[in-house]
Amino acid sequence: MLNIENLHVSVGDKPILRGIDLVVGAGEVHAIMGPNGSGKSTLANVLAGREGYTVTAGRVTYLGRDLLSMTPEERAWAGIFLAFQYPLEIPGVSNVQLLRTALNGIRRQRGESELDTMDFLDSVKAKLAALGMDESFLYRAVNVGFSGGEKKRNEMLQMAVLEPRLAILDETDSGLDIDALKVVANGVNALKSPERAFILVTHYQRLLDYVVPDHVHVLAGGRIVRSGDATLARELEARGYGWLVPEAANEVRP
Amino acid sequence: MTDTMHGELEKRLSEAYPLGFVTEIEQETVPPGLNEDIIRLISAKKNEPAFLLEWRLAAFRHWLTLREPGWASVHHPPIDYQAIRYYAAPKTGARPKDLSEVDPALLATYEKLGIPLQERAALAGVAVDAVFDSVSVATTFKDKLASLGIIFCSFSEAVREHPELVQRYLGSVVPPTDNFFAALNAAVFTDGSFVYVPKGVRCPMELSTYFRINARSTGQFERTLIIADEGASVSYLEGCSAPMRDENQLHAAVVELVAERDARIKYSTVQNWYPGDAEGRGGIYNFVTKRGDCRGARSHISWTQVETGSAITWKYPSCILRGDDSVGEFYSVALTNHRQQADTGTKMIHIGRNTRSTIVSKGISAGHGSNAYRGLVKVLPGALGARNYTQCDSLLMSATCAAHTFPTIEVREPGATVEHEATTSRIGEDQLFYLRSRGLTAEDAVNLIVNGFCKEVFKELPMEFAVEAQKLLAVSLEGAIG
Repeated sequence: MLNIENLHVSVGDKPILRGIDLVVGAGEVHAIMGPNGSGKSTLANVLAGREGYTVTAGRVTYLGRDLLSMTPEERAWAGIFLAFQYPLEIPGVSNVQLLRTALNGIRRQRGESELDTMDFLDSVKAKLAALGMDESFLYRAVNVGFSGGEKKRNEMLQMAVLEPRLAILDETDSGLDIDALKVVANGVNALKSPERAFILVTHYQRLLDYVVPDHVHVLAGGRIVRSGDATLARELEARGYGWLVPEAANEVRP
Repeated sequence: MTDTMHGELEKRLSEAYPLGFVTEIEQETVPPGLNEDIIRLISAKKNEPAFLLEWRLAAFRHWLTLREPGWASVHHPPIDYQAIRYYAAPKTGARPKDLSEVDPALLATYEKLGIPLQERAALAGVAVDAVFDSVSVATTFKDKLASLGIIFCSFSEAVREHPELVQRYLGSVVPPTDNFFAALNAAVFTDGSFVYVPKGVRCPMELSTYFRINARSTGQFERTLIIADEGASVSYLEGCSAPMRDENQLHAAVVELVAERDARIKYSTVQNWYPGDAEGRGGIYNFVTKRGDCRGARSHISWTQVETGSAITWKYPSCILRGDDSVGEFYSVALTNHRQQADTGTKMIHIGRNTRSTIVSKGISAGHGSNAYRGLVKVLPGALGARNYTQCDSLLMSATCAAHTFPTIEVREPGATVEHEATTSRIGEDQLFYLRSRGLTAEDAVNLIVNGFCKEVFKELPMEFAVEAQKLLAVSLEGAIG
């Protein structure tokens, strides 16, 4: 589904990603872990199409298309979703208005019919209930005055409504208490399917107690320095990143 | 903001002005220039009673002693008042008695503007007075309104048919000596709308006037007078547009509202005069004096304006809260793009006891636009329990635009409560990316953010017009985001 080859990315003159190779297949859950400043969020943002990053080498294909040439909205239409580390506030715009505009926009692009208000509300309310969220959420302005946990839940609601093919969660678990963490985990687990893939960007292992990844990658210094299965995450939890990062620093690439 | 987003916003803001066509129609005009003879000529063309001619001449003589105000935060080359034609009317002979006598070219013009004048085709529940350059060409639903005792007609007709009402109220809110442009208007005003709602009557439909400037080198000087007698209520809406021309045209209107005891007037404006091109050539100078007088106890006047057009906007719809427990409101969205300039706001003058006022102003600046909020909240001695709440927000959409706020608060009654809140925000690249990553195009993302910003004002508009206002904002912002 997603194929990243030798991806190099700079911000200004500063190289952040220095040769990422990663293949994500349908139905898989990948965790990208690593210390602060290792380039995890850069990778998530570049995949979603945020401006301000310069790709200096490498290529990314998604469902056979050249991902890097697509605008952020084209990526959304093709099924990519980024759950933000810091979701933005949109004053005066209700959640329900945003969800409906977004969903119908995507459906239109895919040649599907737009949902009428009643069908849309029924479907959204079912998803709210599944996430244990109150209906009043829908009528509040997008993220305005939301607590950190509410903002992250809201990202999960958007993900549930938009039903992406590839969902990227950028440190969605950071700063959450255990209940909110479970909401995020439930959001991911409820959507897991053979057609859908997830990339979980996280600093900590604790989200992975609830969402078991198929693959774990450790990012350090802009490169993937170690890949493994779920046991790697537990090893990191026990030993920290120190034992890997020097290895990354000394690593010599051909 | 990055280049791509700049490009997107620029593209959206530079979309054409779709109402900028010219109607080819034979015109009757007066020679350019302003003097007593021209004023006598205008008055004679309209068969006005002597009192009105004298009123005009007195206003003109006063105007000669005034100088154009220079305090507003706007800049333009000097206006040559002798180069303007003060009267232009389609040559259709006598005023048509009904729509079948109206020149088809005029009907087609309004049709094209989305204002069908045939009652069967008209927007349900909205009566329209259509003003073309200096004259009213048609007024719909007059008979239906007359059956309730409501007078809704052109100002000229009111002068002929109801001179006693005109004489009683004309200039009682905005006197001819009020300011430079009000004096000019009093001297040369040509047409506009007149509304009188009798005691205890609630007007069952929206009343509206559509102003169209068509002729070249003319100014439009309309005058509107709305009176809601005791316990009456009325909702009124005005819209406007003009052809695209590289000259600047002057529009200096006066609107007076009178609300007697327990009366309620809601006045909404969707202003879309030609704004000039991207380099600032052409466009309307919109220098307008609007004021409402809450004369009686518990009267209520509410102004809502959506200002997207005009090269320069200079207007301060205000309320004089004379009656005890009277309420004044001002809800405004002003958008300036390209080289547009707006200096707009309101004055709330608290005189009566327990008077309340609310001001919500939303300024949006894009391109090289300049947007100023100028407001005065004045509480006079004796206005016990007066309250004001002001909220003044600015949204910046480019690095080259400007926003200013000039709030003045004068409280001379210790028991009054005045609150003022102000914010300035920039439309963020992060916000746009957030919405685009949810599948909204850059254009839709901008519209959603801007409409959210204006929501508190749009909800004050009558439903049909709120939808229009949103569309208008979207068109005015075409290419604006940068």
